[in-house]
Amino acid sequence: MDLRIVGPLATAVERAAVDGVLGPPESGWHGGVRDARLEGHVAYGGYAARERRHLLLPALHAVNDRVGWISQGALGYICQRLTVPPADAYGVASFYALFSLTPRPPVVAQVCDDVACLVQGAEAVCAELERTLGPAGTPTAAGRATWQRSPCLGLCERAPAAMVRVAGEEPRETVLAPADAAAVADELATRGGPTGDRAPSAPPIPQAGDPSLRLLRRAGRVDPESLDEYRAHGGYEALRRSLEIGPEAVIREVIDSKLLGRGGAAFPAGRKWEAVAHAAARPHELVCNADESEPGTFKDRLLMEADPFAVVEAMTIAGIATGCERGFLYIRGEYPLALERLERAIAQARSHGFLGDDVMGHGVRFEIEIRRGAGAYICGEETALFNSIEGRRGEPRNKPPFPTQAGLFGRPTVVNNVETLVNVLDIVREGAAAYVAIGTAGSTGTKLFAVSGQVERPGLYEVPFGTPLRSLLDLAGGVAGGRQLGAILLGGAAGTFVTEAQLDTPLAFETLRAVGATLGSGVVLVFDESADLAAVVARIARFFRDESCGQCVPCRVGTVRQEEALARYVRARGDGPGGEVRMEIEAELIGEIGRVMRDASICGLGQTASNAVESAIAAGLLETPA
Amino acid sequence: MSAEPIWFRLPPPPTEVPRAPERPAPRAVELTIDGASVAVPEGATLLEACRSIGIDTPTLCYLENLTPVNVCRVCVVEVEGLRTLVPACSRTVEPGMVVQTDSERVRHSRRMVLEFLASSVDVSTAPDLRRYAERYGAEPGRYGPTAATVAQPVKVDNELYVRDYAKCILCYRCVEACGTDAQNTFAIAVAGRGFEARISTEFAVPLPDSACVYCGNCIGVCPTGALMFRSEHEMRAAGTWDEARQARTDTICPYCGVGCTLTLHVQDGEIVKVTSPLDHEVTAGHLCIKGRFGWAFVGKRGE
Repeated sequence: MDLRIVGPLATAVERAAVDGVLGPPESGWHGGVRDARLEGHVAYGGYAARERRHLLLPALHAVNDRVGWISQGALGYICQRLTVPPADAYGVASFYALFSLTPRPPVVAQVCDDVACLVQGAEAVCAELERTLGPAGTPTAAGRATWQRSPCLGLCERAPAAMVRVAGEEPRETVLAPADAAAVADELATRGGPTGDRAPSAPPIPQAGDPSLRLLRRAGRVDPESLDEYRAHGGYEALRRSLEIGPEAVIREVIDSKLLGRGGAAFPAGRKWEAVAHAAARPHELVCNADESEPGTFKDRLLMEADPFAVVEAMTIAGIATGCERGFLYIRGEYPLALERLERAIAQARSHGFLGDDVMGHGVRFEIEIRRGAGAYICGEETALFNSIEGRRGEPRNKPPFPTQAGLFGRPTVVNNVETLVNVLDIVREGAAAYVAIGTAGSTGTKLFAVSGQVERPGLYEVPFGTPLRSLLDLAGGVAGGRQLGAILLGGAAGTFVTEAQLDTPLAFETLRAVGATLGSGVVLVFDESADLAAVVARIARFFRDESCGQCVPCRVGTVRQEEALARYVRARGDGPGGEVRMEIEAELIGEIGRVMRDASICGLGQTASNAVESAIAAGLLETPA
Repeated sequence: MSAEPIWFRLPPPPTEVPRAPERPAPRAVELTIDGASVAVPEGATLLEACRSIGIDTPTLCYLENLTPVNVCRVCVVEVEGLRTLVPACSRTVEPGMVVQTDSERVRHSRRMVLEFLASSVDVSTAPDLRRYAERYGAEPGRYGPTAATVAQPVKVDNELYVRDYAKCILCYRCVEACGTDAQNTFAIAVAGRGFEARISTEFAVPLPDSACVYCGNCIGVCPTGALMFRSEHEMRAAGTWDEARQARTDTICPYCGVGCTLTLHVQDGEIVKVTSPLDHEVTAGHLCIKGRFGWAFVGKRGE
């Protein structure tokens, strides 16, 4: 490919950051020093160079983490190294919210103002920051720091949350939760502490230690950084058994377990595995979807933080069963602690022969590569995630073909959510028969629920499918302060509002479908009777407007029109009979917008973008001002 | 001295040139569209099947000489048994499909998509879109005067063509034509996300600083006039653009031996625009800078 790269050159620091990921340049054609004797007129590039395009996102991360933003020179250098046209790479870089393509201070506080934080005072934090530091984006601390608003950071159990990222030679992230304006300002002034948590608070897994726990069995009890402890608590028993019984039997168990995907779509996991295992085309690919970005969801984060080896072991079982020699773990960019622990777990597993060319001495090969997302909710959609790994814009693909036919790099691909995979450990260890005894006939096993909002004990809960919503709410101590329940947002931003009347519905895929609700990824966001639900729903509408990839018209424009119509609906409240007529017109319009998004959008984001808004209006939750 | 000079050798006797085996004729697939039974070759799209029986399916992002990207969603049809509507332009036929192309559900989606576009984009130079909007009863005005739009100043940064992204419906056609579908230049791509997504060069640099080679194939495929010959743009601004007074004359490009067919659009004795027929076997509608723009010399003899 004949690249035309003009403009300023990359600085030495930017080049070093890129070379840290890609290695030194092979030749002058790739941005290195020209040596005519060695290179002559031979053109490098072509297929071999384009094969490396999947390194685009890691290279962009490297510069962004080192400098805080990506300059034209840095982008040009990356393009030269990877043989990617600059316009194309610019399209990719500008897709992701964590990357800045304009100069930005190296220290950035991301202050979450999404639903769970909103009801816990995020607006007050932002207002105070605006007063003390100036509007979002204003440089502070002698131009070295700034703050910005952020969609859900997945720290809902400790809302309101903030995260401070520090770019530099040793980039690091600090979680502040619960956050207040003074702590954020202090963090910006002192340029961030070490990676991790400044405010370790009450354990976010209130059930920790309960013997009935399965997925969370080790959480909070076993050192997540020790392979020995993991093995002392049942770790790698499942992989050992799966290697003994062989791939066919493992897939049989997973099919018989009726395991349904826990990422939101509830697709039978065993059918995916079987389809890929039997696909003639080689190689096969495995992807673990750890890009949970649904507002209100933090289940996969806690699972990865508390039991990283379980994720590694489960991926190994899945990969070997379906004929994959490597698996990609795509983790969202805002999960520093989970990332760190997974990296450590993978390194330990590799050095002890649980990963690599000869897994547990059985002569099979399996490796795991981690890929970091860069701030795009849409990349949780499986085909958008493939594009993101491949170094393209995270735009969903049209289906068919389905991932099992042509997924990552066009190959047959198994893609499973973190929680889905971890379920496989018990299925393989205890057998499908024991597994189906838990839960309901249509939804087997246990489910993780991320409970947050105005609830007494927010956190991660594990209960068998079929548990009534009321019992889960009781488990979490009920509505905070003993107040009356207003509504529950079930399933996150793409989910639906339920009220007191539906509290006795058993939490299972089939029972919720019957009442027009959805389990989604297991979000239970609780609002008391005084909560300003209009503000909550407006935030959800803004979320979808911000996170739409922009590819198809129904979602790109529909999410904007939905937000506008909702604002008009809310404004018309309390305006007498005239207002009521206007509310009715807007409600009807919102219904029409929702219908085209549901019917004609390419992917699940657009198809579910109106769920929460429409269900809130249908339940009459927005009719009167809070 | 040898009897046979080394430079004189008879060519080897001709041998049979191996031929590729005959391809089997594609199998026919039978399906039902709007109650009528249709048979089309395997691998055909629903759009092709619809067109084969004379059903006029609206399309905006689809063009015969480009890979379907199915992003505009105006061609959606209803297939029995599927949860969502499907884009006719890229969905291939399957045996026994039962398709509705004019159901209430289909009409609703098409009307809303056209309303969304007409309420957010300047469609003044997009005749197809306006015709469809009328057909499906779109009322873009109902989103009110404050509805967000993509309005922005027109980009005039070179002598040959202008980019007016206030008219852009983001159909991806120009990106495809600039990329692997025709030119392989990759000067433009979609940048940004959601409603803020735009067609852009890297860091939005002006075209002369980008990789653009001015083939103008992006103009050739643009369905809304967002990309336009500078000559047309200036004549429209001056109020002198009048397609009724324009003659279209097909000729062969005088520059090289490829022999591209040019369609000259001539108004008042001046060439105001050059295109090439989409179904032309040499060009498939695509040209290079010389054929597309290199006609300033015409009629200038003796000046």
